[in-house]
Formats: sequence, C-alpha cells, structure tokens
Amino acid sequence: MIGNREFLYALAFLIVIGVLAVVGLPGNILNLFIFMMIIALAAQGWNLLGGYGGLSSFGHAAFFGTGAYTTAILQTNFGFNAWVGLVCGVAFGSIVGAVIGFLSFRAGLRGSYFALITLAFAEVLRVLANSWSVTGGAAGMLVRLQNGFTYLQFSDRRYFLLILIAFVAATLFLTRWLERSAFGAYLVALRENDQAAQALGVDVFRIKMQAITLSAGVTALAGCLYVQNFLFIDANVAYGSWISIEALFAAIVGGAGTIIGPLIGSVVLLGLGELTKSFAGGIAGIDLVVFGVILVLCVAFAPNGIRGFFSDLAHKRANRMDAA
Amino acid sequence: MYSPVIIIEALLNGLMLGAVYALVALGLTLIYGVLHIVNFAHGALLTVAMYLVWLAFDRLGLDPYLSTAVITPLMFVIGYGLQRFIIGPASHGSDNGILLVTLGLSIIIQNLLLAGFNSDTRTIATDYAFEVVPIGPLLLGLPRVIGLGVSIVTAIILWLILDRTDIGKAIRAVAKEKLGASLVGIDVAHVYAVTFALGTACLAIAGGLLMPSFYVSPTTGAAFVLVAFTIVVLGGMGSIPGALIGGLLIGVVEAVSSLFLGDSLGQIGIFLIFILVLLFKPTGLFGARG
Amino acid sequence: MLKAQNLTKRFFGLLAVDSASIDVEEGSITGLIGPNGAGKTTMFAMIAGFLSPNSGQVAFEGNDITGEKPHLRARRGLARTFQIVQPFAGLNVRDNIAVGAYLHTKDPREARSLASQTAERVGLGRELEKLASGLTIAGRKRLELARALATRPKLLLLDEVLAGLNPSEIRDVLPIIRSIRDEGVTILMIEHIMQAVMNLCDSVYVLSQGRMIASGEPRAVCNDPAVIEAYLGHGAAERIRSEGAADA
Repeated sequence: MIGNREFLYALAFLIVIGVLAVVGLPGNILNLFIFMMIIALAAQGWNLLGGYGGLSSFGHAAFFGTGAYTTAILQTNFGFNAWVGLVCGVAFGSIVGAVIGFLSFRAGLRGSYFALITLAFAEVLRVLANSWSVTGGAAGMLVRLQNGFTYLQFSDRRYFLLILIAFVAATLFLTRWLERSAFGAYLVALRENDQAAQALGVDVFRIKMQAITLSAGVTALAGCLYVQNFLFIDANVAYGSWISIEALFAAIVGGAGTIIGPLIGSVVLLGLGELTKSFAGGIAGIDLVVFGVILVLCVAFAPNGIRGFFSDLAHKRANRMDAA
Repeated sequence: MYSPVIIIEALLNGLMLGAVYALVALGLTLIYGVLHIVNFAHGALLTVAMYLVWLAFDRLGLDPYLSTAVITPLMFVIGYGLQRFIIGPASHGSDNGILLVTLGLSIIIQNLLLAGFNSDTRTIATDYAFEVVPIGPLLLGLPRVIGLGVSIVTAIILWLILDRTDIGKAIRAVAKEKLGASLVGIDVAHVYAVTFALGTACLAIAGGLLMPSFYVSPTTGAAFVLVAFTIVVLGGMGSIPGALIGGLLIGVVEAVSSLFLGDSLGQIGIFLIFILVLLFKPTGLFGARG
Repeated sequence: MLKAQNLTKRFFGLLAVDSASIDVEEGSITGLIGPNGAGKTTMFAMIAGFLSPNSGQVAFEGNDITGEKPHLRARRGLARTFQIVQPFAGLNVRDNIAVGAYLHTKDPREARSLASQTAERVGLGRELEKLASGLTIAGRKRLELARALATRPKLLLLDEVLAGLNPSEIRDVLPIIRSIRDEGVTILMIEHIMQAVMNLCDSVYVLSQGRMIASGEPRAVCNDPAVIEAYLGHGAAERIRSEGAADA
C-alpha cells in the first residue's frame, strides 16, 4: 500500500514548481519544467497500462500523436478553440487505444509481442501521417498563435506551466483512485497472474480494454498540450518513437506501477539530460545515451525504479530497527 | 501500368534485398530460438557493423567484402560480451527485463553513433557498385547478386555449425531444455553468449553486404528492427528456414509495394504484414512465453 | 448442482478425458480420485471453463455452461483453486484475497475487511501484510482457498489443496474444509490423500486413464476391484482377495 505521505510530497513538489514559476524563473528553466510536465503526463498514461497492468507498450506515440494531430487539425482547419480540441484529442486518442487494444488483446498478445505490435501500430500511423494531406504530409503542420485561455496559449508561459501542473496533479489523483478501486485491484491481479484472476471472476479482456483506453486518453492529453506549446508537429514528432520511449523510460525509471513514479522519472531523466547537455556542449544524442544507461542500471539494480529503490531502503532500515 | 520487365526486375531485386534481410533475421531468430528473448538491440548492432565497414573503407581503404572478414569475428566478440556481461546479468532473466535492457542498449548505441558520427548518411563508393549482371533482358545490380549468394552460403554455414559441431549441439540442447542441459554440465550462460554472438556475427556479414549499395546513418538499424521482427514472426519464431523464406518474401513485398505505393508509403506493407501475422496466427505460437 | 456429462478432451490425439461424467449433489463434499495422469485436473479445467471439451456438457444449477468463460462461471458461484498455486506474488495476503471479494462488492473498504475475515477463517489472520511470494507452501495453499472463498462460491472446486502439506498441517486444514461445507458451500475436491477423502467425502468418483471407472460411497469404492486394479495394476484385486482369504 502506498502511503498518503508520498502522494502529498508529490503534490507539494508540484505546488513548489508552480510557486517558483509565478515568482519568476529563467526562461530555459521554465521551458524545462514545461517539458517535464508534458512527459510526466505521457508517462503517467503509459504507467496506467504498463505499470499497473504489466502490458509494456512500445507504441504510446500512437496516442500522443493522435491527440496532437486532432487538436492541431481542429484548431487550424476548423477554427475550434483549444479546449474543444483537447477534449476531442483525448477522445480520439482513447478510441485509437481501444482499437489497438481490441485487436491485440483478442489475439491474446502480451509481453514482447504486445510491445512489438504497439510499436508497429505507431509506425503505421507515422507513415500515414507522413503522406496524408490532412495532416500536412511530410511538411507537418503549424498551429496558429492565438494567445488566450480559450486557446491555451499565453504570451506569458508561466500560465501554461500552471495549467500543465494542474493536469499532472489531476492524473496523480486519477492514479490514486485507480490504486484504491476494484478496477485497479483487478488490473494488478491480471498483471500478477492472468489465470488466477479469471478464476476469481475477473473479465480479463474487459479490464485490459478499460486500461488501454484510459492510458491512451492520458497520453493523448500530453499530445494535445504539446501542440499548444510548440505550435508545430510533423509525423516524426507526433508519432515518432521518441515519445514512446520517453514515456516508457520515465515511468520505469521513476517506478512503474506507482502513483508518483512517472513524475519522479520525468523530472530526474529530463533534469539529468539537461545537465548532460550543458556539460557536453552541443553533442547530439548525448542526453539519450544517459537515458539508456539509466534505464539499464534501473533494470539491473532498481527493478522498481527510483521510488522502489528508496522505499526498499526504508524497509531495510525499518527491519534493521526491528531487529535491534 | 509497368512493363513486365520492370515488375520482374523489381521482384528479383526484392528477392536479393530479401536475402540480406533474411541474414539479419537469421541472427534474430537464432537468439530467440535459444534464449527465448526478443533482442531489441539487433538493429542497433547492425548499424554498428555497417559503421565498422564504412570506417574500414573510409580510413583504411579496405574493400567492404574484405573488411567483413575481420569485422565478423569482431562483432562475434562484441555480441558475446554484451550478452555475457550486460544483458544476462542486468535482466535477471526476466522477459520484461531483457526487453527493457535491449531497448536501453539500442538507444545507447544509436545515440553514441549519433554523437560520434552525427546524423549524416555515409556511403561507400566502390567501382563495382553500379556494375550489372545481365540475365536475358534483365539487368541486376552486382552487389545484390553477391548479397544473395553470400546470404545463402552464410545460412548453410550456420546450419552446419548448429548441426555438426559440439557447441552447436550444446546450443540445441539449451534451446530445448535449459535445465536439463545445465544438469548434464553445459554452461548455459556461455551457450547463451555464444548464440548471441553468432546472431551478432550474422549482422557483420549483412552489414558488409549492404554497404556497397546502401547507406548508413545512426538510425539505419532502427528501420531494420521491425522488418527483421516481421520476418521472424512470419517465418515462425526461432525457425531458421522460416527466417530465410520470410526474408525473401518480405524483400519482394517491399520492392513491389514501393513500386506501386512509392518509397514513403511502401514501408506500410511490412508493418501491416507484421500486425496481421501477430493478430491472426494462432496465439499458441506466441503466448507460450509471452 | 453440478452435472458434467460425457466430457471428452483430446490433446493432439492423446485422449486425456474420455466421456467422463460427474454429478455433484448440493451440500455434499464429493471427491474425485484416481492415479497420476488420470485426467483429474483436465476434468477440473473443463468444469471451471479453462479448457473447452471436445464433446460433452457441463451444467450448473440446471443451466448449460459448457461454452462459458471462466470469469462468468465464477460469477455464477463456481470457484476453483489451482493444484500448482497461482498467487498474485507481488501483492500481500489481504490484497490477494480482496481480488476475490471484489466479485460482490465494488467498495474497497468492504472488500478489504471481507478479505481480512476470510484470511482469519483459513488461518492466515496473522499474515495479512505479508507478500504472497513470502508464504510457505502451506500458507499459499491456504491463500488459494481463501481467495476462492472470498468470491462467496456456491460450489468450490479444490484441486489438491492438501498436497505438499505435512500431517499436522493437514489436520489443521481438514476442519476448515468441513466448516466451509457446513456453511452451505458444496465442494468437489481432487485429492490423493485417501485418509482425507475417506474422512471428508460423501461420495467419490474414480477416474483412471480418462474414464470414470467407479463412483459411490467412499468405503464401497475403495473395495471395488476395478479401482484397486487401476491403482495397483492388473491382477492386484485378485491377489489382495486371495491374501485376505489366506489370512482369514
């Protein structure tokens, strides 16, 4: 059982960032925090399926990109405001999740096969978006700059960070609800043992479907917000493997299947990545090398991520005190 | 519509490209068949081999076919070391752990190459790159004809190793029954590493065959990963003949679909095959170790 | 309550269960015994919905459930344990049992308190916080039982819950099983330990090489020559009878 305490720490951390932002942060730090929050959202989406359900997806770009493109197209081609785009983006992202889930789970795919098929689905979408005129083809899409709350774009980017923080906090609550609900218990049960879960009356297919739909929706939300910040997407950004990988890395490094793991992971990874880049100068890709090394180290030495590492330490210390 | 000659040429080109694909898939399927792991770093290791071939040519002026003879044992050693000292210990033997460690490795390798060589595409200019072999009215590129021949020879050698040598027997024993093999004194960690090394060595040969007619950039291998997985899944995970036939088939599909759909949309054919095979082949083939 | 009729299961030409029928009376403890490899666990898997039979029917409380998925059967009140225990290894005992309890309540607090009560009932009350992976074999068997019980079954299928336990552990579990029946749960159990079968069961079915060779009151079944031969080999019944006659 996850203590309430660390949940409160996570909220406090978000509040601190928010306050710092309002008080005033250098532009590059502000941008880093914005990016951390976007990745934290995407990673929390991944975590709902991959962490709690044990279904590691390598293709969450499929949902991120769908959210991003839906928002961009509705806003640019149809003149809807950003909130409509956001709701539709999340809805379409969820639908894509449900379709992929329906096909994969009906065929009984899990483990490596589920990872690979999600990657393939994301790639199919990438190729399609790269050649379809509605998505701007290989040239990509520019989203018009329209400042204002209804457009989720602000001349003062601090407001945007505050909105992101609110969304991240909301997903923390969502995940906490999940962890305490019957649905969450069923999801974890099927991760631990599929057969036993069925014997206890768990409709495994249905639970997986609900999980992937929810997971896709949250990651699509990250895509919708990404567009408002960067105002440009193309197929390689929206459906590229980078976002699948960062969402997965952040969740696993932070602690998959925990409430605060994805937030920890994205802050630590992107923070370290930024530090590496500033030390290594302009060497391309060096931050991703660091991500890869951290992932391998985590799998080797901290299978439950940073969060698990510290809670294990705490357990050990507690045990030692018991013994003493 | 295209004339029959163009279509037949596309088919044959696909077949020859498919032979090199088959070689890449051969390594992957061997590793899967024995270690029961999905090696996500396979594509990145192919890129490494291709860069080695390029370096040998660029710095030392070595012909790619010549340098492959040196790079193959080198890749064997790299593969052995990776499995024995990194993938094996770090993953604690769990499927998910292996998947993540090899994913992590692929990201590390790909971005180290990016840091070292930047994202430019590199090619090799040989005298024979554009030589053609005329067969009747058809003109076939020499590098691809060589690719087909060498791939077939490599597959036969690999089969002989597995069938005739002691280590080959040990590999087959471990593939069938890991526990039993270790009980009769086979060093499973060593056999795993040798298998992984053999699979990686196949990549060196594939790299040597690809470079004269292809290019390399840090992400080249990533493009091959899904192709190779498609072949392996199509041919049946762990099956060597399956990888050969699957490779040839996928090469043809790619050549034909890019002829009709254009290069960018042409890739979609492979992904769709991959998805369809995974979805509609009986799950028992895949679910066993899931 | 449960009627399985002429169930047949083939695995690639191997006939695992051959037209076997079983009839479980409401309120009874019914045993399913037989030598190793007789097809008992296959029979269970077909009754619980984990395998679909090649032919034959399964009816539960008069409804044909032959093609129904396992989770739907669980909702009807048909729960099972696994011979090879299948705990949710990463969860603690209480959360393991709560998964069963969620079948009838969506309220986490209620499910958890129900789980605690159920744990108490099977003697796991002091290990609620322990991870399932940290339990002994006896503990895991109890956990299997508790999880199944938490679904509030009408019929409980027990697949060798006593196997691997030492005599004193068996002595502890027997009254638990009897008390479960006394509370109105019908039980069908696969068991190897004959003492337990004789002690608990109202009637017994004997499966041998996929066929149901005998059924009835335990004592009568044990003296059935066909049963003795199935366990001890051809001619054994004759030998035992003649030895018995010689002794007398």
